[in-house]
Amino acid sequence: MADLQTNLALLEAACRNPRAQLDSYLAQGKKVIGCFPAYTPEELVYASGMIPMGLWGGHTELKLAKSYLPAFACPIMQSNLEFGLNGTYKGLSAVIIPALCDTLRCMTQNWRFGVPSIPMIPIVYPQNRKSPASVEYLISEYESVLVMLSTITGQMMSEKALCDAIDVYNAHNDVIREFAALANDHLDVITPKVRHAVMKSAFFFSKDQHTAIVKELISGLKQLPVYSFTGKKVILTGITGEPDELLDILAENEIAVVGDDLAQEMRQYRTDTPEKGGGGLRRLALQWNSRHGCSLIHEDGKPRGTMLVSLCKENGASGVMNCLMKFCDPEEYDQPFFEADLVAAGYHTLTIEVDTQNTSYEQIRTRVQAFCEML
Amino acid sequence: MSDTVTDENSAAPAAKPKRPKALSMIMIGEQTQALFESARLAKENGEKVGWSASIFPQEIAETLGLVVLYPENHSAGIAARHQADPFLQECEGPLGYSNDLCAYAKVNLTYSSVLAGESEVELPDGGKMVRPDFLLLTNNICNQLTKWYENLARQLDIPIFFIDTCYNPYDYVTETRVRYVRAQIDQLIRDLCEFTGKTWDDEKFRKIMKISQCNSYLWERANNLMDRKPSPLSGFELFNYMSCMVCNRGKESTTALLEQLNAEIEQHIAEGTSTYPVEEQFRVSWDGIACWPYLRHNLHTLKEYGINMVASSYGKAWAIEYDDLDGMARAYCFASTNGDNASTMISRRLEALKKFGCEGTIYHVNRSCKVMDCQMMEVQRQLSALAGVPFTSFDGDQADYRNYSEAQFETRLQGLVEVMTQNKEAKENG
Ligand code: SF4
Ligand code: SF4
Repeated sequence: MADLQTNLALLEAACRNPRAQLDSYLAQGKKVIGCFPAYTPEELVYASGMIPMGLWGGHTELKLAKSYLPAFACPIMQSNLEFGLNGTYKGLSAVIIPALCDTLRCMTQNWRFGVPSIPMIPIVYPQNRKSPASVEYLISEYESVLVMLSTITGQMMSEKALCDAIDVYNAHNDVIREFAALANDHLDVITPKVRHAVMKSAFFFSKDQHTAIVKELISGLKQLPVYSFTGKKVILTGITGEPDELLDILAENEIAVVGDDLAQEMRQYRTDTPEKGGGGLRRLALQWNSRHGCSLIHEDGKPRGTMLVSLCKENGASGVMNCLMKFCDPEEYDQPFFEADLVAAGYHTLTIEVDTQNTSYEQIRTRVQAFCEML
Repeated sequence: MSDTVTDENSAAPAAKPKRPKALSMIMIGEQTQALFESARLAKENGEKVGWSASIFPQEIAETLGLVVLYPENHSAGIAARHQADPFLQECEGPLGYSNDLCAYAKVNLTYSSVLAGESEVELPDGGKMVRPDFLLLTNNICNQLTKWYENLARQLDIPIFFIDTCYNPYDYVTETRVRYVRAQIDQLIRDLCEFTGKTWDDEKFRKIMKISQCNSYLWERANNLMDRKPSPLSGFELFNYMSCMVCNRGKESTTALLEQLNAEIEQHIAEGTSTYPVEEQFRVSWDGIACWPYLRHNLHTLKEYGINMVASSYGKAWAIEYDDLDGMARAYCFASTNGDNASTMISRRLEALKKFGCEGTIYHVNRSCKVMDCQMMEVQRQLSALAGVPFTSFDGDQADYRNYSEAQFETRLQGLVEVMTQNKEAKENG
């Protein structure tokens, strides 16, 4: 069993160099499917005997993508497309793109024509989840994804493989939630950057492997004495809390992240696939129907503010930092409401624009300092 | 998306010297007023009034006798009359929204905030967009609408009746989409009846459906008459009629209006006249929503080069054909130009370029609208190669006046004209 620091280093390395992870899976003769944000049905990939790997952008100079996307498309999609066009993602057998927002709708088409060497598999999640028919519809979308996946493997996925995959993913959710809770007792070791690396690295490992690593992390943490943290505690919300420079600024100001509502992190882990309810595909569809509080999924009443207030309460946070992905309209529509809800409940909020193409963090540093003084 | 500006202050400027207003234009002004008036009366009588997305199956509300108003259309009017500024400022300031969002939404969210008593911006129309009691939502146009309506619903504490039409990455509407949408239509009818106390009348629906079909046909016909050379209309004028398809698709008043419009166009054809004020040198298609705050500048610049816009990417968006509820489900999945994949977009545009003899495309990179822009570069490239005609783009916004440069528009157009001229000469020289 590797020790705590070794495991953390392993996860951090995977985040720094996902390409190495991809290459190592390819070298093992595995097929790898790129999974665009967010809620890509990784279970289907896993059950088809392939490795799902998350594609969440990254810092790069935009050149080729400029012939496809206007400057006001979000940086995640800009860099995903750049990586596709410039060959960084070479080796992927396909990508799955969930058309959850207007930019993602268009990305399905840009990819199809721009990166024909890597087939594009679209999935369109139902948004009217109050309609019982949404379940049947989503099952049929999953079935289309499966048909396309089977052309890559030459094999059909079995029901047993799917049920096993669901178990693997539920177990992973569980272990990540356990980690997140335990991390708050060890904020000296689990700094914002480290916490992020543990969460994000899940996209670059087969989930059973990641579960095993995080389990070891957990037992390593349990051997440490509880650390009494004297700084300020916040919750992060948004699509991603990146890059590390931003998280370092939090640490510099003795701000800890004690919970998150990030699409790249806890949003995906907070809802399990139900154990009952039918076959695997139906159960996955039921999981989609119980997801909650996300800007990408239609819900009545704008419940995100209330949810963030409870997250703050449960984790002893005194404020929320909104990591607003630049040009992300679904998030921008939510912002005024959850901010107002948080302020009404007595919590502070700070909105930071997330742009992985950014190179200067001075302005953000000043704003975080001012926020810290308010907390 | 959508829209048009249809009232006394119509956005498309008439040619100078002013010709008398066409009867059809007077009719559309009256129809718009009548809709606002019936909304006011309905409110007075304690009836419930709705706000609706522009490509919602309007026939449902019509069958139930519900009055429904259209925020996209209304915001376009405010923008075209250069009244958007205080709305945009309020939205991006006190209301706390990002300036990145769709300007139709920004204008409307401020408007609704005034109706909710939370803002004090003066309403230039005196509040004729009355406070809604319910919302009718479809996402065949875009996803921003879903978010926008979520916000309206919470702000005004009213329900949303939603038909998720699903983005369509395939070249046809999958049967599972049809089943899902059909189930939602059935549910929506039941829920709406319960909420409003109205009852569904099958026979009336069949009648409305017939009217709507007839109107779709007439609308398409009017659009198709633009294929004459020279064209009988200045193309931008058709934008002014779009409101009858957006807001009044299931009404007989629209039939009368479109019959009149068709007759006027036919008369121009018979007499060899056109409302296009100068000689038509070039025929182009226009991709995207009009740039309402600068329509005058757009038109003026086009006219200088004798460019007439004879085809637009969404003139046909409301030409929705079906003859039963299943057909309706399928048609509304496939109606908007935005809910479809790039191949469908390309093939529809290619057909139009050919049919209308277009020599180029002007494509509006609309800062408000990601769904219309984020795949358009590739669509235009392919379209241009397939059709053998050049395209140009310009930066603008359908409602936010801050996102446009007159100089850029002029330069881009100049570039397009140069290529179109070369092409023309090459053609003439065999
Ligand atoms: S706009 Fe937002 S939701 Fe859409 S792809 Fe970009 S980051 Fe994701
Ligand atoms: S985002 Fe585009 S399609 Fe959607 S309402 Fe605005 S202009 Fe219309």
